[in-house]
Amino acid sequence: METYINQLIFGVGPYLAGTIFLLGSFLRYERGQYTWRAMSSQTLSNPPAFRWASIAFHVGILLLFFGHLFGLLTPTVVYTSLGMTPGAKQIMAMVAGGLFGLLCFAGLSYLVYRRLFNARVRANSSPMDTFIICLIYLQLITGLCTLFVSMDHLDGAVMLELAHWAQGIVTFQAGAWQYIVDVHWIYKTHIFLGLLMFTAFPFSRLVHIWSWPVEYVARRYQIVRPQ
Amino acid sequence: MRIRAQIGKVLNLDKCIGCHTCSVTCKNVWTSREGMEYAWFNNVETKPGVGYPKEWENQERWKGGWKRLDDGTIQPRIGGRWRVLANIFANPDMPAIDDYYEPFDFDYAHLQKAGDSKTMPTARPRSLLTGKRMEKIEWGPNWEEILGTEFKHRSKDYNFEGVQKEIYGQFENTFMMYLPRLCEHCLNPTCVASCPSGAIYKREEDGIVLIDQDKCRGWRMCVSGCPYKKIYYNWKSGKSEKCTFCYPRIEVGQPTVCSETCVGRIRYLGVMLYDADRIEEAASTPNEQDLYEAQMDVFLNPHDPEIEAEARRQGIPDDWLEAAKNSPVYKMAMEWKVAFPLHPEYRTLPMVWYAPPLSPIQSAAESGRIGYNGAIPDVDQLRIPVRYLANMLTAGEEEPITHALERMLAMRAFMRGRNVDGVEDTEVLERVGLDVHTVEEMFRYMAIADYEDRFVIPTNKREYAHSMYDGQTERGGCGFSFGSGCNAGGGEDADVFGGKPNNKRQFFSVRVEKMGN
Repeated sequence: METYINQLIFGVGPYLAGTIFLLGSFLRYERGQYTWRAMSSQTLSNPPAFRWASIAFHVGILLLFFGHLFGLLTPTVVYTSLGMTPGAKQIMAMVAGGLFGLLCFAGLSYLVYRRLFNARVRANSSPMDTFIICLIYLQLITGLCTLFVSMDHLDGAVMLELAHWAQGIVTFQAGAWQYIVDVHWIYKTHIFLGLLMFTAFPFSRLVHIWSWPVEYVARRYQIVRPQ
Repeated sequence: MRIRAQIGKVLNLDKCIGCHTCSVTCKNVWTSREGMEYAWFNNVETKPGVGYPKEWENQERWKGGWKRLDDGTIQPRIGGRWRVLANIFANPDMPAIDDYYEPFDFDYAHLQKAGDSKTMPTARPRSLLTGKRMEKIEWGPNWEEILGTEFKHRSKDYNFEGVQKEIYGQFENTFMMYLPRLCEHCLNPTCVASCPSGAIYKREEDGIVLIDQDKCRGWRMCVSGCPYKKIYYNWKSGKSEKCTFCYPRIEVGQPTVCSETCVGRIRYLGVMLYDADRIEEAASTPNEQDLYEAQMDVFLNPHDPEIEAEARRQGIPDDWLEAAKNSPVYKMAMEWKVAFPLHPEYRTLPMVWYAPPLSPIQSAAESGRIGYNGAIPDVDQLRIPVRYLANMLTAGEEEPITHALERMLAMRAFMRGRNVDGVEDTEVLERVGLDVHTVEEMFRYMAIADYEDRFVIPTNKREYAHSMYDGQTERGGCGFSFGSGCNAGGGEDADVFGGKPNNKRQFFSVRVEKMGN
């Protein structure tokens, strides 16, 4: 039974979540452009603390995202051939992740508090708004908790298992889930919440992440369009 | 030369009575939805005052409009492209809703449902943001109406720059005027320039600036970019919205709702031809006080046969060229020079212009000590300081304002002489460079102001439009919806993607609590 659940969540789960994430985003972009926005509540409550919290959260979570992306998906040979041992890489990941995580945690704590207890923001939050911010908060907390577990084994072995799992998933290897059957439950919780986040993505305000407006730096200031 | 046409507008402030009919009809048509209660695409401010939102003219604070860099180019005052993107997580230059006002409504239902009591039931206010009771309303869309609030607050008005303002706080010396405001549909709009998503655009055919509601992602940079603060963030839909210049009406040759319903007949709509190639150069004019002249140089003379031929060659329809010749906006701005752009120093080249208001002669005049400049009183004797108007309309340059006010005074003196005293006092006209024919025309347009003279709007040319969005394709359509056609986002219920229904009010009807006896 336990094996079955492990396979379901860590073997099939990523594909389910990924499909909903990609297909859902595509369909929403196609069908519901009007609902595709960042949904800022800055206008409702705009003290200086909000500004710094929002920046800390966004910068922190972006760094964490790219840290995960490169940390998990870079093939082991790439950094070992550069002379870095898995142990050294784990230390680097823990330090960087810890710092970015704390930055993000500081910002997000304020944002969660504001979303739940600021009367105006509270009244104008959809259930999904509240759900997604709490989910991210929980995800961040479990992520930070893994640091304490990781301190017990600094040889990089668990990190390699997690990386093999991630690389196995994105390269469609059927048995990838077996890599993480034996890792500590805190890692598993963290991964499970992550899959949940990908699943909820197209149904939440998170879709604005797709719309990072890079083209702005290259375009002319004025836009004139015929009717 | 790239010739484009725009429906421009002039507001004759001399005749504005501050009745707010424009604001109310506009609100009823465009912004009576949840999320937009606080937004007034058209509002009327009593000046002097800090206005709506508070201190909108203070660009040190809100960073609207453009600034000229040392190298002679211009960039939005909120910063260049990278700076705008760097602020995308939290906009530091954005007025929040409290800078406008917390929207409210009243418990009207309570008046009918209240139980038996010794006192009259009252309809108390409730916040439309939280649905909760508001004990005290602190600010509203027109809090300074007819010089409401203390002078020390109102005197933060930016237009007092260079004016010894203290004396105007005294009752005997006080003055006021109304300033109706809407989107300026600028030739060089900063909102367009500051939109990271590229959702805001100027329409080629008629110059109307619109926000593509599907493309808007709600980054809110346009709210900061616009120096007139005429873009509003809809906190319910998460998108920015603005004055549409009632484009569905303009397209079929009808005036905008605010213009149509203006009881004072102060609003004029007409075609202006301009050279799009000269916009950037004009907006980059080094001296702020030359911007008014620079913008006039961008406009083209529709009576010039060469311009007309070139415009026709570039595809401007004939009836638009005909309308340009009869344009009341062109007459007032370019021929008579009695209309001015609002705050040209923002470098946006605004297209809603204003004829300055005359005002009563100071008390000194009544006791016989008035300075007369021939038959017309000295403009310096008017109650509203010329410098104040100049700060508003010509970046502080007083001469054009004085000239316009003198022309309006001369028109009055001449027509009064003709109709009351039966004399043709052409001398008064010569002093201000007018002839009888011109002043008769000015009188017809500015004093009589018939509907057909105020609104000269050629209809839209569908055959030139790129997509045939006509009656046929609209049959069985949804009319105006919330951006997603007949479905998602605008439907009865929230869609599967988490959108909130936009046609339902979250508060009101509120549950009325029974008062204890």
